[in-house]
Amino acid sequence: MNTKNTTLLIVIVGALLLGLLVILDAVYIVSETDQVIITQFGEPMGGAVTTAGLHFKTPFIQKTHFFDKRWLQWDGDPNQIPTKDKKYIWIDTYCRWRISDPLVFFQRVRDERGAHSRLDDIVDGETRNTIANYDLIEIIRSSNRDFELTEDAALLDFSEVVGKIGTGRDKLSKIILENAAKITLEFGVELKDVQVKRVNYVDEVQRKVFDRMIAERKRIASKYRSEGDGKSAEISGQKERELKRIVSEAYRKAQEIKGKADAEATKIYAQAYNLDPEFYQFLKTLETYRAALEKDTWLILSTDSEIFKYLKSAGR
Amino acid sequence: MPYDFQSIPRPEWPKIPPKVVKGVLLGLAAVVLLWGSFYQVAPEEMGVILRLGKFVRSTEPGLHMKLPLGIERLTRVPVQRQLKQEFGFRTVRAGVNSEYITTAETKGESVMLTGDLNVVDAEWIVQYKIRDPYLFLFKMREAEATFRDMTEAVVRRVVGDSAVDEVITVGRTRIADEAKSLLQQLCDAYEIGIEVNQLIFQDVNPPETVKPSFNDVNEALQEKEKKINESWAEYNQVIPRAAGEAEQVLRGAEGYATERVNNAAGDASRFSAIYREYAKAPAVTRKRLYLEALNDILPKITRKIVVDQNQRNVLPLLNLGEEVKK
Repeated sequence: MNTKNTTLLIVIVGALLLGLLVILDAVYIVSETDQVIITQFGEPMGGAVTTAGLHFKTPFIQKTHFFDKRWLQWDGDPNQIPTKDKKYIWIDTYCRWRISDPLVFFQRVRDERGAHSRLDDIVDGETRNTIANYDLIEIIRSSNRDFELTEDAALLDFSEVVGKIGTGRDKLSKIILENAAKITLEFGVELKDVQVKRVNYVDEVQRKVFDRMIAERKRIASKYRSEGDGKSAEISGQKERELKRIVSEAYRKAQEIKGKADAEATKIYAQAYNLDPEFYQFLKTLETYRAALEKDTWLILSTDSEIFKYLKSAGR
Repeated sequence: MPYDFQSIPRPEWPKIPPKVVKGVLLGLAAVVLLWGSFYQVAPEEMGVILRLGKFVRSTEPGLHMKLPLGIERLTRVPVQRQLKQEFGFRTVRAGVNSEYITTAETKGESVMLTGDLNVVDAEWIVQYKIRDPYLFLFKMREAEATFRDMTEAVVRRVVGDSAVDEVITVGRTRIADEAKSLLQQLCDAYEIGIEVNQLIFQDVNPPETVKPSFNDVNEALQEKEKKINESWAEYNQVIPRAAGEAEQVLRGAEGYATERVNNAAGDASRFSAIYREYAKAPAVTRKRLYLEALNDILPKITRKIVVDQNQRNVLPLLNLGEEVKK
């Protein structure tokens, strides 16, 4: 092996390696989920590359900056906010956002972490502003549908607790979204929607709500109990009435039947005894003697009575 | 003493012909290439192929080919599998007797406000499938976390439009149906590639503190029904008996009536019969009847006093006290 050949080989290998390096640095792969901006000595070159696949750039001089192209998630921390009707609640929102202008995004907030902290400020702030201008009920309800009344609930009057809403949750979310989206555009972020994820009472309010719920249930329970008593008394009254009716009706009918029979009997007796009232009296009197005069009876008879007619003389 | 390297006997390497070396190397390369060219997609999956980062095709279950060496990359998405998310509780161990736990975190998911500004503790699950792997993979990052947030927001929205009694009792199915269709709408709007199959409420309860009073309402209801039932029972015990007794009184009256009329008829016909004979010989019959009666009566009476018709007063002679003592 001579030195000339060796040098040539080294040069060739070196050139190949260099070429490979250049090619590797000139090529970049953009995934379906990515978008890329190119900077040359820090100065952005052209728009964002958003189509997936193999792309080229000037090697070494130009630099790639990758950003996510997808919809991204932002989940805020729960915020304690007073509503317009002075109810303190925890409210937890989330929103969906994406980097719509990577260049502006890169310039203003640099990366997702920066964006998150900006979103924290903006979305939380807008949520706070909006919620504070409305009553609690507007955040909870999204329509004025009438509640389907259960047996229990029918005993309660909701009207004092629940008023009609004018705006509702959906519109409030939209208001927050519209206000926040205007601001986020300034740092290349498109906000798609803001949703109220959770609304909860702060502990102190919650305790009061629990007290109210307990009171409501007590009202229902005592209503049931008194309804039970009332109904039971009603039934027992009905029972008394029915009882009296049955007994008295029976008495009336019995008396009617007996009266008729007595009348019939009287008629029969009268017809018969009218044949000779005096004879009837005679017979009946004898019958009475038989029944009335008993063994222990003192009978004092005078000798002029009919039976002793023949005691003193044979008569005639 | 300088060591004589040359003198060490070298092991005899077997002479391998360059052709064989080349063949083996090519073979190895071929195996590597082939290995990277074939892939299998399981029955419940769908394969998504990215060529240099670009989505080119999705493939059904079975054996497929792709370009090797990382030019085409495969992501498997379980499109047929039914996936489940739990809210308000977690399954620790699934099985015949599944174990569940609730923690402070799950409480945060399950406690929510109702439309009548009350609080309810609701647990539910969502079953879903990945309908469109392309959307699922490339339209939204952290699709599952987002899906959870969406579900929570939707369920709270529907519960927020219902009264606490509806949520706990009659409205469960309606709320679940409504939440499911709203969630599907939201999924479509988000292009998240998820199909919601089912949203089912598990335990829905009033908060712990309030629970006893809800139970008390149930008890009161039971008591009410019990009282009413008892009253009816007494009613049913008393009234039929009274009706029976009334019937008895009536039958008795009827009996009396029959007896009275029959007696009258009997007496009447007896009298008529006697009278008929009496009318034929009134004087003697009268005497006979009188004497017969006395004949019956007088022997029975043990204490008889016969007083002369001129004696006006009998009492001075009579020692009544002694008689009574006997």
